[in-house]
Amino acid sequence: MLGILKSMGMTARACFRKPVTIEYPTTHREIANRDRAFPILIWDEEHDEPFCTGCHACERACPVECMTVVMRDNPKFAAGESKRRKIIDEFWIDYGRCMRCNICVEVCNFEAIGMNNTWAGHELSRYDRGDLVMDLDMLLSQSKKKMVDPGLRA
Amino acid sequence: MVVEQDAPEIVDIPINMGPQHPSTHGVFRMVLVVSGEQVLDVTPHIGYMHRGGEKLMETMDFRQGIGYADRTEYLAQFSAELAYCLAVERLMDIEVPERAQYIRVILTELNRLSSHFMFMGAFGIDSGLFGTSFTYAFREREYIQDVFEEVSGDRLMYAYFRVGGLAWEVTDNFVERVHEVLKSSAQGIQDLDDLLTRNEIFVARCQNIGAFTAQQAIANGLSGPLLRASGVPWDLRKDEPYSVYDRFKFEVPVGHYGDVYDRYLVRLEEMRQSIKIIEQALEQLPPEGPIVPEKMPRRLRTPPGEVYAKVEAPRGEWGVYLVSKGGDKPYRLKMRSPSFCNLSALREMTIGQYLADAVMILGSMDIVLCCVDR
Repeated sequence: MLGILKSMGMTARACFRKPVTIEYPTTHREIANRDRAFPILIWDEEHDEPFCTGCHACERACPVECMTVVMRDNPKFAAGESKRRKIIDEFWIDYGRCMRCNICVEVCNFEAIGMNNTWAGHELSRYDRGDLVMDLDMLLSQSKKKMVDPGLRA
Repeated sequence: MVVEQDAPEIVDIPINMGPQHPSTHGVFRMVLVVSGEQVLDVTPHIGYMHRGGEKLMETMDFRQGIGYADRTEYLAQFSAELAYCLAVERLMDIEVPERAQYIRVILTELNRLSSHFMFMGAFGIDSGLFGTSFTYAFREREYIQDVFEEVSGDRLMYAYFRVGGLAWEVTDNFVERVHEVLKSSAQGIQDLDDLLTRNEIFVARCQNIGAFTAQQAIANGLSGPLLRASGVPWDLRKDEPYSVYDRFKFEVPVGHYGDVYDRYLVRLEEMRQSIKIIEQALEQLPPEGPIVPEKMPRRLRTPPGEVYAKVEAPRGEWGVYLVSKGGDKPYRLKMRSPSFCNLSALREMTIGQYLADAVMILGSMDIVLCCVDR
């Protein structure tokens, strides 16, 4: 009997502690700067083009083969506006396959890919798994809107 | 006229429990043959979560494999990562920098705390507390996961250890944050202690069931808290130290009777010892220094050979057996998971017990089904 009273006393004491829960859909917890949601591409403001040159480094290093990269000649290089000879043409990442291991960020030589560290990277539920395959526009949109500060650059 | 009634026939009934059952902690099925309330026979069925993880890791190079090590043991990810990294490091003969070793120990011990908190919560549910202990334990577990998120960037699948050291430097306020979380964890352990240890209902539910003697425990190949609850003071951190564990002073708690209640007590004491280890590690942690060796090849290639590395995971001995024929991928990888080896003793523990206690015995093993099936 004494033990049960002790347990109940514990519960009673806990009533006076500060609540720790957050009403999730209405309020969002602040997430860590290093948080890894899903990989996105970074937009180069200076040259008005993506950093990515389509070198296939991340595609080769990806353990789950969720990336597809297509490279093309950079028209801006011919015009003398950019130093990048090659530029990304198409880029698909299947977020349904991605296991968020950060290896693509580590192997990238141009710091062109980063992990989304905003809530937008977490609230990605879809009704169709085909909708989880992100194309180049979607991958760049976050960075173009300056919503992301890629904290992780290996 | 007298109607002759046959005496009621007593038959043994097979009862199917699982694969979708809240107290099996995953997808695990056991067929219990019961006579009345007593269990006569148990047949465990595993493999519902088999994904071929070992085979999959053989197709990956040594950096890619770390992500899969996480996914085999999803409650003690750092232990799994550490075992994998230790195996590759031993094969390649890499010296890990001291600072990286200490951070590894701190994170692994924090992970032990979070894993045992998970046990306390889930075990409370098994014993019929309906989530009271679960909420208390999970609050503390979330605090620990916050630290993991700040350091590694993820709440569950950290992929933070690398062969040779760590993926990146810890945050600037790491030491303060760990101190904070240790304070809250110590409070959480005290809460659970108050809530459960002397609670008569809980004690009556736990004592004298599933008891294993030391001989039985060793014969069944148990490890971790289950073995120590039976009175065998075997802890790899103490007996075969790896990493920098030989520099810390801590005790190995042992039980006397080997029953479910002793396993609970051993885990509770282990959490307190973990806090001691982390505090010592934080004191000894070199404030600055490299976290990866200076001469690390860009692409890891091992010499041919074989190696077995083991660590004391929260559930017992987690071992990685690695065979390499040279090159950047393992030729064969075998993971010795404590959950699987401990589960093999389920039949012997459960036979002769009551049906309601079978759930408690399974709960006291603290199995992770991902780690059983791999």
